[in-house]
Amino acid sequence: MNNLLEIKNLNIEAFYQDRWQPIVRDISLNLKRGEVLGLIGESGAGKSTIGLAAMGYTRQGCRLASGSINLDGMELFDACDEDLRLVRGSKIAYVAQSAAASFNPSHRVIKQYAEAPVHHGIMSYEKAEKEAIEIYRRLFLPAPEKIGYRYPHELSGGQLQRTMVAMAMSCKPDIIVFDEPTTALDVTTQIEVLAAVKEITEKMNKAALYITHDLAVVAQVAHRIMVLRNGRLVEEGETRELIKNPKRKYTRELLNVRTLREEKSITDKMKVILKIKDVAASYTGQDNVLEDINLIVRKGRTVALVGESGSGKSTLAKVITGLLPANNGSITFFEKELPKALKRREKEDLRRMQMIYQMPDTALNPKHTVRKVIGRPLQFYFGIKGKKAEERIKDLLRDIELDPDIYIDRLTTELSGGEKQRICIARALAAEPDLIICDEITSALDQLVAEGILNLLQDLQNKTNMSYLFITHDLATVKAIADKIVIMLEGKIIEQGEKKQILSPPHHEYTDKLLASIPEMDPDWLDTLLKERASTFINQ
Amino acid sequence: MLKLLRQSPLSARIGMGIVLLNCLVAIFAPLIAPYGETSVVGDVWEVSSAKFYLGTDHIGRDLFTRMVFGARNTIALAFVTTILSFFLGSCLGFIAAVKGGWTDQLLSRIVDVFMAFPTLIFALMILSVLGSSIPTLIFTIAILDSTRVYRLSRAVAMDIEVMEFVEAARLRGEGLWWIIRQEILPNAMPPLIAEFGLRFCFVFLFIASLSFLGLGLQPPLADWGGMVRENAGAITFGIYIPLIPAGGIALLTVGINLIVDWFLHLSSGLE
Repeated sequence: MNNLLEIKNLNIEAFYQDRWQPIVRDISLNLKRGEVLGLIGESGAGKSTIGLAAMGYTRQGCRLASGSINLDGMELFDACDEDLRLVRGSKIAYVAQSAAASFNPSHRVIKQYAEAPVHHGIMSYEKAEKEAIEIYRRLFLPAPEKIGYRYPHELSGGQLQRTMVAMAMSCKPDIIVFDEPTTALDVTTQIEVLAAVKEITEKMNKAALYITHDLAVVAQVAHRIMVLRNGRLVEEGETRELIKNPKRKYTRELLNVRTLREEKSITDKMKVILKIKDVAASYTGQDNVLEDINLIVRKGRTVALVGESGSGKSTLAKVITGLLPANNGSITFFEKELPKALKRREKEDLRRMQMIYQMPDTALNPKHTVRKVIGRPLQFYFGIKGKKAEERIKDLLRDIELDPDIYIDRLTTELSGGEKQRICIARALAAEPDLIICDEITSALDQLVAEGILNLLQDLQNKTNMSYLFITHDLATVKAIADKIVIMLEGKIIEQGEKKQILSPPHHEYTDKLLASIPEMDPDWLDTLLKERASTFINQ
Repeated sequence: MLKLLRQSPLSARIGMGIVLLNCLVAIFAPLIAPYGETSVVGDVWEVSSAKFYLGTDHIGRDLFTRMVFGARNTIALAFVTTILSFFLGSCLGFIAAVKGGWTDQLLSRIVDVFMAFPTLIFALMILSVLGSSIPTLIFTIAILDSTRVYRLSRAVAMDIEVMEFVEAARLRGEGLWWIIRQEILPNAMPPLIAEFGLRFCFVFLFIASLSFLGLGLQPPLADWGGMVRENAGAITFGIYIPLIPAGGIALLTVGINLIVDWFLHLSSGLE
């Protein structure tokens, strides 16, 4: 069979620091009808750039330097804008990472679906509407006849992502580029989208480029996988073959990141440092978003708070820190009941409880230097200034494995995501806390970087015997770091206990669903799971 | 900073040239002016000559001298007023954004009340009650103008306030002033600087219009707005004299706007 898409020796350059620098180097790929090619790599690997280049498009400040992009017999490399416009949407379509940001919030979903086919003159609005409903049905959206007439904000994240996939299908393109379509979603919703992707590529006989940083995800949908790093091809192969016998070290690292940590036992004798009793909280004064929260954190141990978005995990962090005063119940920290509101808490209590955030970009003031970020808690809590502070800052930087001489005078904007998160950890460490609340601290980071951060936290805990309250939706992280697991759903704790106990059956029904939704590094995992779900669905 | 200046576009350079020239004239006014600020030296509305470079005004004072001193009075007044209004407006705006709750409600509603009146009419009312002295003039305009600054700085600070680094500072137990000075102000600077230039223009024009209406700087002090008013009658005789102070106002306004445009581009990253 002929190749639908043939990219040969593609080089893409970006204008950076006053000159053109290569960001994609010498990439060649072929895509046949009915085939899914997975592009995988960390951020900066050039996967999205290649995905966009397949449509003859580059982001602003980038250019196609050399090579050829042949789409079904048409050369896109030097095609004029008018030709490209005709091809895009109708022959090759794109599904972006954040569907919520890609929809126009003031039009109904189905109208946005019909826009492209009507504009390209392929079909009338009425026909597009009919087809939309058909595609919604095939993508397992609930109430396919009605769902299109809702506005984007009336759909959940997973539903939006699927309507986005439907929108990409509207002109019946031959190729769809999926750019991290599930990265922003919960594990349980991820399954729905993956099932939709499979439905399209297998049953409708389309070709697809699937871009992701998660090898376990791509293993479910792709026939072949290309591993990319820094714009270069590391390894390419059939999915099963690549997962079974990775040839390159980098691929093996990507495969092996989910290592388990040493087991630490929890006994009743260990000192309780944080005790939350019957806590309830709400944003409005009525309607509690948290109810009956009971939780204990012991010295030197890690408690993982797990749940999907909207389960109230971050709200609980706010209640513990006092940003959102609880309506009910008590928070006891070192055998002393804390005032509910932040304002009335003592400086010493604030010092002992520190927080690290999900987005290191917004957690650090862009106008501050590393010295100031880490130096401020030293000065604020301990009154350390001048030379002594300088020494302490350098020590802390060494603790987080950054070279003090290079980093101390940098602005926080001059750091990478992982480095920023390390600085956030150093800021927390500077206060010499007993408890650190980590709110999704690895979810904005690449896999290997996140792994580094988790290892660092582990080492620090071994050294200083701190406790962590680890908030996350990623069960793989939980498996890697937690001693105790607390599972939350809709503002309530539905199950908690030691890691071993929670992770081994029998589970609570919801825990079971959560655990089953983590993609495994097994290409048959999705199919098996979907079959199981279908049969239980019929039985119900 | 120097590198920034070197990369500035031509329009910004022209603007800077105009502003710099005006400032120099204002600072060295007594050295540049050939006659005293208020001395009558010639006939009414004489045309330009070697003796009077720009001619004379409606009672025979040298127009060039008046322009030079006028620059000094008007620019200094506008500058002081703008600084004051910025200090007031941004402080209150930041406090409202950071404190939130009833502080924000109270301040914002007061500002709403102030903004409900047309500025010029409100200023005329206050000045006609309190009388037009330089301190009253400065305070009246600064307070009226600070409502606009308040709105902007509150909005900007609101955006910054939701960032996690501010939350981190709160959790650390930092006080209000530290949060405002260290966390919010550095990030709010670019839009505020751009707004400063704009507001400076508005204040400058505002003083000129008040002077034109007779409630600004009082004679015999020279200021450009007042000079337009005093000499307005000349235009009916086809004498160009009132156009010169009017042109001065226009030129400085354009100059400042050219610089502000450049700042806006720099701070917003627009091309």
